[in-house]
Amino acid sequence: MKKIVYTVASFMFFMNVAKAQTDSVSHRKLKIDEVNFVTSYYHQSGDHSAVTGGVGSENLNDFGNSIDLQLSRFDKKLNKHTWNFELGVDVYSSASSDKIDPSTVSSASSGDVRFSPAASYLFENTKKKYSWGGGLSFSQEYDYTSFGGNMVYSKSLNGGNTELSAKASVFLDTWKVLLPVELRGDNIDNNNFKYKQGDSAPRNSYNLGLGIAQVVNKELQVSLLADIGYQTGLLGTAYQRVYFSDKGTQSFSEKLPDHRFKLPIGLRANYFLSDRIILRSFYRFYTDSWNLTAHTAELEVPYKITPFVSIAPYYRFYTQNGVDYFKPYGEHRMADNPEFYTSDYDLSKFNSNLLGVNFRWMSAKGILGIKPLNVLELRYGYYSRNDGLKSHLVTMALKFK
Amino acid sequence: MMKYVFFIVCVCFTLLMMASCVSVKPYQKAKLNDAEMVLSGRSIEKYENNFLMYREGATGGNGGRTGGGCGCN
Repeated sequence: MKKIVYTVASFMFFMNVAKAQTDSVSHRKLKIDEVNFVTSYYHQSGDHSAVTGGVGSENLNDFGNSIDLQLSRFDKKLNKHTWNFELGVDVYSSASSDKIDPSTVSSASSGDVRFSPAASYLFENTKKKYSWGGGLSFSQEYDYTSFGGNMVYSKSLNGGNTELSAKASVFLDTWKVLLPVELRGDNIDNNNFKYKQGDSAPRNSYNLGLGIAQVVNKELQVSLLADIGYQTGLLGTAYQRVYFSDKGTQSFSEKLPDHRFKLPIGLRANYFLSDRIILRSFYRFYTDSWNLTAHTAELEVPYKITPFVSIAPYYRFYTQNGVDYFKPYGEHRMADNPEFYTSDYDLSKFNSNLLGVNFRWMSAKGILGIKPLNVLELRYGYYSRNDGLKSHLVTMALKFK
Repeated sequence: MMKYVFFIVCVCFTLLMMASCVSVKPYQKAKLNDAEMVLSGRSIEKYENNFLMYREGATGGNGGRTGGGCGCN
């Protein structure tokens, strides 16, 4: 009996969604589709700060917020035009960044604000089943400025059972070079590091993503996404120190190649196992021109408590082999005349585990007495790396319609 | 060697999936249209993907950025 009630409720909900979709395919003036608000708090601890050469506190707190507004209209040919405007503001404090200039009691580098607006447009031909669009983005931090642009195209085939997509994006970024305080000024030995304190250094990124999504049957759909990425410019972080075994306590700026070619390929498969249980799985293979190879596997299992409320435990495993240029604190040797070197543990060999839970509450009639609030989601994740780094992340997402 | 093996696995996976597909009509997609079945990136995962981009050497392949846009990777 319970199962029948549940099935009928699910059916009514899906019919409601289908009806809403059908209703929307008619000439319509511009209106607000939805407003999304996402807020998160991230806390990290560890003892391998790259700023201090691979030793020292990695404590970091980040408070991130973003709001996006989606508007759309249907023209007389029933083509859909969608606009999206987004604003993100992240505030962080970092124990390691404060060590760029440890002589200051509370330096500007101990914390920062990242401000990131973005806008995009999408045209959707509802008869010929294709869409194209583009977007612009901007991001500003104390020492980093980014201008981004992208173009997307997708085509639906086989009665909507296959979708091909392509996305090309470019980021034209600029670093304001910050060196460790002891490496500023003239006539200081930084092993011919290309940049001086206060210089502007470029970092440009070009990405092409090609995807195919396929409906396999009424319960299973899969996707394959290949990203091709190329970066050029200052790809290291100038204020991250490296110490050499044959140079005593003298520090040097991290040096990494000016070019990086990346190739990640992701496979996703989502399966509606039963009326209550869904399996969301993801696997990614990654390789790049720095000889870093990584594997990522993730499984999330949403359990529907009711058709509108679900709870989803998830687990993610990640492993990478590390780049050739990495060595821990004081293990590089200048006598070997290395061209590139880093003690950044993010580029070392490690495994990580991410374990968490996602709670989702949907209601067309409003949640917690707030009528336009359609979806409320809470997500918590605990992340640990086998080099000792640990972090917690809590996120809340609200969707208003 | 691993790279080639993986590419072959991807191609086989795609061909296998496409070959075994059945035509699903729009009215049969109630389960596929469930909010939990979405294949694209979800807004709730945005900050999680962002911190993973900072903390790990690998990026992309999940609908997010492959690089650029922040002083991360």
